[in-house]
Order: sequence, then C-alpha cells, then structure tokens
Amino acid sequence: MSEKTAQMDLLSTAGPGKTPDSGNGRTAKKRSGSSGRATAQSMASRQRDISISEFFSRNRHLLGFDNPRRALLTGIKEAVDNSLDACEEAGILPEIEVAIESVGSDRYLMRVRDNGPGIVKAQIPNIFGKLLYGSKFHRLKMSRGQQGIGISAASMYGQLTTGKPTRILSRTSSRRPAHMYEIQINTTKNKPEIVREEDVPDWEHAQGTQVEIEMEARYLRGRQSVDEYLRQTALANPHLHLIYSSPDGRREEYECSADELPPEPKEVKPHPHGIELGVLMKMLHATPHRTLQGFLTQEFSRVSVRMAKEICEKADLRANSRPKSIAREESDRLFKAINQTKLMKPPTDCIVPIGEELLLASLRQSVDAAFYTSTTRPPAVYRGNPFQVEVALAYGGDVDPDGTISLMRFANRVPLLYQQSACAITRSTIDVDWRNYRVSQSNGSMPTGPLVVIVHVASVWVPFTSESKEAVAHYPEIMKEIRLAVQECGRRVGEQINRQRRAAEAERKKSYVSQYIGHIAEALQEITGDSDKKKQQVEETLQSMLERSRS
Amino acid sequence: MSGLLKQIEKEAKGIRDKILKRQKPSMRFPLRNLSNVKFDPKAGFFEMGRKTKERTLAVSTVKTFAQSLKMIALSKNLIETDDIATKREAYYVAKGWSDEIRFGEQTESDTVLDDVEALFRVNREQLGFVPEEKGGEVAGRLTVFDEDRDSGEELAIDCTRFGSGAYSIPISVEHLRFESDAKFVLAIETAGMFQRLVKHSYWRTANCILVSMGGVPTRATRRFIRRLSDELDVPVYAFVDCDPYGICNIYRTLKVGSGNAAHINEFFCVPKAHFLGVTPDDIEQYGLPTHKMTDVDIKRIDDALKNDPFVQHYKKWQEALLKLKKAGYRAEQQAFAVHDLNHVIDTYLPAKLENAKAFLP
Repeated sequence: MSEKTAQMDLLSTAGPGKTPDSGNGRTAKKRSGSSGRATAQSMASRQRDISISEFFSRNRHLLGFDNPRRALLTGIKEAVDNSLDACEEAGILPEIEVAIESVGSDRYLMRVRDNGPGIVKAQIPNIFGKLLYGSKFHRLKMSRGQQGIGISAASMYGQLTTGKPTRILSRTSSRRPAHMYEIQINTTKNKPEIVREEDVPDWEHAQGTQVEIEMEARYLRGRQSVDEYLRQTALANPHLHLIYSSPDGRREEYECSADELPPEPKEVKPHPHGIELGVLMKMLHATPHRTLQGFLTQEFSRVSVRMAKEICEKADLRANSRPKSIAREESDRLFKAINQTKLMKPPTDCIVPIGEELLLASLRQSVDAAFYTSTTRPPAVYRGNPFQVEVALAYGGDVDPDGTISLMRFANRVPLLYQQSACAITRSTIDVDWRNYRVSQSNGSMPTGPLVVIVHVASVWVPFTSESKEAVAHYPEIMKEIRLAVQECGRRVGEQINRQRRAAEAERKKSYVSQYIGHIAEALQEITGDSDKKKQQVEETLQSMLERSRS
Repeated sequence: MSGLLKQIEKEAKGIRDKILKRQKPSMRFPLRNLSNVKFDPKAGFFEMGRKTKERTLAVSTVKTFAQSLKMIALSKNLIETDDIATKREAYYVAKGWSDEIRFGEQTESDTVLDDVEALFRVNREQLGFVPEEKGGEVAGRLTVFDEDRDSGEELAIDCTRFGSGAYSIPISVEHLRFESDAKFVLAIETAGMFQRLVKHSYWRTANCILVSMGGVPTRATRRFIRRLSDELDVPVYAFVDCDPYGICNIYRTLKVGSGNAAHINEFFCVPKAHFLGVTPDDIEQYGLPTHKMTDVDIKRIDDALKNDPFVQHYKKWQEALLKLKKAGYRAEQQAFAVHDLNHVIDTYLPAKLENAKAFLP
C-alpha cells in the first residue's frame, strides 16, 4: 500500500491514469433510457478532490488507529521512531523520555521528548500538521520512518477524538529559545492550522523536541502494549537511553548498553530493477539531467555508461534524447529495456545491522536464559532493494517452557507487535523444521518450548503489507534469508540441547549404577566371607570405575 | 566343603579380585538355546556347544549382575544349611530385597536362576533350587523302591496297586530303585489318555509301564523314564498328539533334551525313546478327525526344520513334518474315539506295537 499510495500521488502530477469520467461515461450511456437516475452532468457536479487527510480520517485502521488500545501504541511508536531517526541522523546518542498520563476516562496524554537536533521553527507545523510531508520518502536510506504519515496521523487522531490540538516544543540550540506550537490539522485542505504559538526561552532542555498529544485511548499491559513496544525498542537499539513513566505511576529506565551510535547508513540511489514504471516517469520529468544517458547513469546506482547505452539501444531510444520529452510510449519501452538488461546488484554497504555482538548483549539484558546465540546474514537483494537479516535466540533458563516460543519481529530496529500471522518473518520461522533441532513443533505451526527468537530485517525500503507497518511482505528472497538465519541459530540451539541431554543422561546413569553397587559388594562379601573393610574397598573401587565408564 | 561350594567361592573371589584391580568383572554363561546345541546320534542327546555369553559389569548390565550375585549368595546359603527353595520361593526371597533390585515377574528370576545353574554347569537341585512343577504319574508293572524319610526303612511301591489312581514321580529320583518285568514303557502326552489306559488296565494286557507326561515332561519325569530305560533295559515308546508341539517339543525334549538346559541334557533325556504315534500317516490310515493348523503351528514346523539339530539329523522327521505342513492339519491322540471309545486300546495300539521297528526315530 505504501508504494501504491506514493504512486497515485506521483501519477496525478504526470497526468495519465484512469480518470473517473471515462468509467462513468460508459455507465451513463448504457442506462440512457432510465429517467430519474443520475446523469453524467449531475455526477460530475458531485466529483471533487479527496483530501488525503480526509481519506485517512475515515480509514484510520490503515494507519494503526483502529482501536483505542492500539492508537496509544501507534502514537508513541511514531513519535519514538521519529526521535530515534532524528538523533541518529544528527549523530546524537538518543535519550528519550516517554510519559503517559491519564486525563479522564479513556483519555490519555502522551508525551515524548528527545535530545535530538530539534526542528527549525518554520517546519514544525508541516511536520506535525500535514500528512505525507517528510524527508524520508524521496530517498533510499535505511531509516524507521518512510512516508511522512505517522506522527501527523497521530496528531489527527488526537484531534478527531478529543478536539485538542497537538502541542510541540522544540529547540535547536541552547543559544536560542525553544518554540512552542499548538497545531490542528485542516483535514479538508491537509494543512496545519496554528492554534497558539510562543517562544519559551527558559525551557529546561538545551536541545530537542517534545510532542504532546491527547487522545482517546486505553492503557493495558501485555503482549501488544506500549510497555512491550518500549522494552523491545530498547532491545533493538542498544545505544538508546529510554525513560518511561506509565499511567499507573511506574517508572522504567533502560540504560544504553552500547555507548556508540551505529554507523550512519549511506543514502543510495535506486537500483533500476527495483523501480516501478510510474516512478520512472516521475523521475524522467523531474531530472535536471539533459540526456537520457546522463539521467540513467546519474539517477540510478549500478548503471555505467556502457550499460546506459545498452539500455537505450534495447529501448530503441537515442542516448542523447531529452528525458523530459520521453512520452508515455517511450518510457514504457525504456522500462522494459531496463528490466531486460543485466546489471550489477545494488551496493549493500547502505545497510547497518545491529550486529551479532550487540544483539546478543541486548538479548542477555532482556531475557534470562541458559543459552544465547545470534547471527547476521550477509546482505542480499530483493527487487533491486538491498536488505539484511539478523537473528538471535535465547534458550532455557527462565524462559517459559510451556506454550509456543516467543517471536520478536523487528524491521529497521522497530518492533512489530501486530499482525504476527501475516508477516513473512512468522511464516519463515514456521517453515523451519524445528524438530531437527530438538524443539517440538506440530506441522505448520509455531514451535513450542523455552525459546525466544528475535528476527531483524533491515533494508533501505522494508516492504510492509500495510501502512501501519506491522507485517513484512512475503518476498521469496527475504523469506529465504530469514529461514537461513533462523536455521543457523537453530542448529546451535540443537547442539546445546543435545549437550544438555547427554549430560543429564550421564548423571542419570551414574545414579542408576550407584544404587546397585552396594548390592554387588554385599553379595560378594556374603559368598567370600571377606572382611567389612574389604567390602568397603570393593564398593569404593566399583563406584569410581562405573562413574567414569560411559557405556 | 563340597566341590560346588568351592566353585561358587572361586567365582566370587575372581570377580572381587578383578574389581580391586580396577578391571571390569564378568561372568561367562553358556548360551542357552538351540543354536548352541549339537546332536550326536551316538551320544543320543543335545550336547551343549561352546558358545557363551559374557555378562560384563557395565551400566546396562549392572542390575542383572547384582541379581545374579545375590542369587548365587542365596544358593550358597541353601547348600550350607541343606535347605531347598522352589523357584517361586526364590522369587519371594528376592521380593524381600530392596526396591531397585527386585524382580518384576517370576520369569525374570527364573532366567537369572537358569543362568546361575548353567554358569556352574550343575542341575539346579544341586544348588538348592527345586522345581515347582509336579512330575508325571506312573501305573503298571513296576515296583519302585523308596525309603521312609524318618526311619530309613525301604518302601516297596507296587505301581499295579493304585487302582484307578497312580504313583506320582517325586521331584528327585536319583535314590530310587526299580524292579519290573514289563516289556516296554509307554510315555503318554495327556492325562486323559493315561486315565483311559489305566481304567482298562492296559498295562496288564500289554505288559507295560504307563507314564503320563502331562505336556512337555519335567526334568524329574525325564530322569525317571531315563532310569527305567537304562536299568530295566526296556524300550520307551512315546504316544503324543500329531502336531508340531507334540513332536518338536514334547517328544524331542523327552528324547534328546532341551536347548535351554543343555548342560544337564546328558542325564535328563531318554535317547532310546521312539515315536509310536500319532504319526501323519496314522491320520490318513485311521481316518482321524483333524483341526486346521494355526500360524503358530506352521511357524513351529518351519523353525524346527531350520534350527532344530535333532530334526535336521533325521530325514524321516523332516518328511513327516513337511507332510504335516502340506496337509495343513493336526490330530489329537484322543481322536480315535471317533470310531469307538476303546478303539485305541483294541485296535490302534496293538496294531502299532506289532511293528515297533517302523516307529519314527
């Protein structure tokens, strides 16, 4: 859906596409006899633009606001994701404070504050008050946010359910005052409306951004709760220092276990094989390059001059033709030619995994188990987009041995708490034959046992099944990498389980054997008439002999 | 001290010394099954082969190893105090041991006992263990000389004077003495047939000794018949059902002994016994009613043809068994009643006895 939305948006600029008139025109002709029905003219009078904000205010489930419990989680999640992205991009070790206060029945105030770079005053209203406004959609770089919907959707949800504006405080430097804004969204025009604005010179924080949204919500603990989201976020972001105050008055602090930021992911140009026709057309229109060859070599990765010429030849286009003038027919040919040309795989150094060591350390902090292992796969590519998979396992110890294993899913370090069964990570984990690793599993379902499995998919563009970004789409390349990583960790767990079983078996044998040793010594003494001392000697020798024997 | 007691002590000391040298002790038992017997027709019985199984003390054998040693200790005790225990009593003695070493079923303790018996290559009676099973019954022209346990006075038991009853073979028969003018011994499988022959004083008519075996003959019965055969120098004829069990188990064990107790076969078998009937030919000749053979019966025939050294030695037995297998039926010795209740006395036995040379070996 994310890409489709983007495409629709982009296509409208390019002009073509199915207009509503053509379809309705045909319908009108067919029914020309019937009177009292709508005519093309009367219908046309009713047709107008649909604001994207209006669309989402009616389809809020698409964004993760379908029930009060999930709305609270989504709101927190969007704010925390933004804070983390901003801090990392600015090279600041993130320190984030999350607070939820109950302000009436089914009403909560959420507050998220970071120590990030802050937001320039002029940008604040758009970022929090306009949907599909953002810096991350038009680039290919590994980040949590993608399309510029999240936090503004949370503002809108708050506004729709409580009528209260979103309150933002941001400061870019200790030498400047902080700015406070109260913003509402004009849902018809998809524009921010400033309710109140003032400078706050004495804000106690030197730098950072704080957002407060009041919304209709429900606070519950458990598997799909804010608490769990924050716990998992801390786990996948070892460099994060997180302080959380819950509505029931608890205060939890997650200290950072890594004191360095992960290396900054590189921004990459798109790989031609991952591009869709509509996007290609939009890029042809927007490019500053004046020849097709220049466009191909400069706007994409892995297209050399030789390759660009080959593509032009296949598309029957001149290498020096103007990109803007390439009409629809020709862009179609160009698109086909690109996909028929063999190109080098995209660069993969743009992915920054958590790393086996850090992931392991994080897991140790969060789960008390007897055995831990982790693996990071080499980067791979799906549809022109580089991605990388990491897996960590914890086994035994205090992990609940009954019921199914607990699977934690992450995409670009963001925990995925909903839609587990629709996710490629879940499917791939089930597809692994766990019985090979001495973990019980009935056909086609999650294995059972004292096991915690963490799967992290990192990519410049994680393919989600919906806007709410809760499930990874089933691309075969991604599923294969997940499976391989899980299998690798699974094998190690299997070896560990085998070792434990052998040790237990040896212990069992030892105690089994020792209960007969006395009888043997006693019977021998009875027959031979030996002294008690000799009997004792026989008993002790036997004990030490059989303890050492393995058979 | 008896030789056997010395042997027991030697075994135990050997085990103890090995342990003290930190070597794994082991007990070596002769293998007790048909694969470890050979049949020499000159000797006339199953002789034990050289195959042995070694029970080395290890995790998997520690329980049976301990049980065997405890049984040996019990046996030593029995010999020293001149007492006896039946197999079942031995089983109950073991019940008094602590939980972990106790036997589950009596068959388990029996197996250990049989092992111990074979280990020392003696009859279990010598170890103080006596069988539970009752010996056979005897009627006919025989006087058995036993002695009164208290006075030591000799008792002459006339086996013609039991009326419609019979003399019971005691568990131990070594001390008995015999006198008889009978011409042969007839060893009968079923108590029913024995009853009929006693009731009609067949022993008088045929001048013989009748012995009821009641299935596979016990050791005492085998030893009793063997002594009759040796000391009276009369032939022994077996009269059993015509089925694989009657031939391969009852008759074979009577004549050459068993694979399980091969170490004592030399004394507990009757090499001079011959097979009177019922033969597969008799079934046809006398038009006996038959029963269909079961899968177990057929398996027994195949097994005997393949593994039993006795059957393998006698072509006649192989032919008889194959004929039976082909016919697919079996007949019981009481089936002669189809003609007349006393047909067996009036017709069958006299006819067969006229041509004793034709009996199966």
